[in-house]
Amino acid sequence: MTFKAYINIMPQKAILDPQGEAVCNSLNSLDFSINQVRVGKRIELNLNASDVKQAEQLAEKACKKLLVNQIMESYSIEIQKV
Amino acid sequence: MMLYDLEITNFSSMKFGVVTFPGSNCDTDIQDALHLLDQKVEMLWHKDTDLKDCDAIFIPGGFSYGDYLRSGAIAQFSPIMSSIKAFAQQGGIVMGICNGFQILCESGLLPGTLLHNSNQKFICTNAFIKAEQQNTLLTTESKDVVLKIPIAHAEGRYFIDQKGLEDLKKNDQILFKYCDAKGQINTQNNPNGSIENIAGVCNITKNVFGMMPHPERACDALLKNTDGARILKNLISSVQEIKA
Repeated sequence: MTFKAYINIMPQKAILDPQGEAVCNSLNSLDFSINQVRVGKRIELNLNASDVKQAEQLAEKACKKLLVNQIMESYSIEIQKV
Repeated sequence: MMLYDLEITNFSSMKFGVVTFPGSNCDTDIQDALHLLDQKVEMLWHKDTDLKDCDAIFIPGGFSYGDYLRSGAIAQFSPIMSSIKAFAQQGGIVMGICNGFQILCESGLLPGTLLHNSNQKFICTNAFIKAEQQNTLLTTESKDVVLKIPIAHAEGRYFIDQKGLEDLKKNDQILFKYCDAKGQINTQNNPNGSIENIAGVCNITKNVFGMMPHPERACDALLKNTDGARILKNLISSVQEIKA
């Protein structure tokens, strides 16, 4: 079966996110009233697995091995059947 | 006039490896600097696994693999890095500069990580740094001196969690800190927002070194700054001593 794994990666809460700050300042200069912006990234994996659980395990492994640096980032995974 | 009085005699058997990744752009700078210091250099290609009997390995600055995903994230899994990891684990001397430092952090050979500069800019300037302690192969000759070394990076904000920071201090793993021309260490002299002004660290066994400033860019008298040669000469003489 084919699955899509959507991986949302965010900078750790305790870490200053200068990109998010710059975006926040820019939005507020456009008269939006925004308290805080954090900028992360989203990665889509297309993969084959026998079931949702296996797809999730695979994505989890990819995150830990390469996609995420847990010193600075946190992540969540959503699995969807294609 | 030279700022240092450390004499280097080349042992013909001593050899330094410099790795080239796709996107490395300081590999030939290190090669040049080592040649200026009368050393033999072996250029190593990222797809190879043979370290060619080098006595120490340099991982240069640049933008390996286009800095895709995170700086250094892809390079950590290139074939040459598996040999370098094994070499380092056996006590081999490895030094990463700028992107090389990022690669060593990503590969887990050095603690912590490097984040986007707090001002979100690429910073290219001369920075002043001071050795935090003198008991490593890299810093024995840098006691109480302020070194002017170029920095050029967008992701140089060293970060480590509180527990990691305490371990670094406890084990004397902080190599250099950013300071002013007089050696004062404070937030005004922190160019990129690094935690506690940290510019370079080593591993616990003190054979793997990483720093964001570029000593190889401050080795040639023609460029009117040879402060970087003090650091490289220090490492060269240490390697020499180990080999002797």
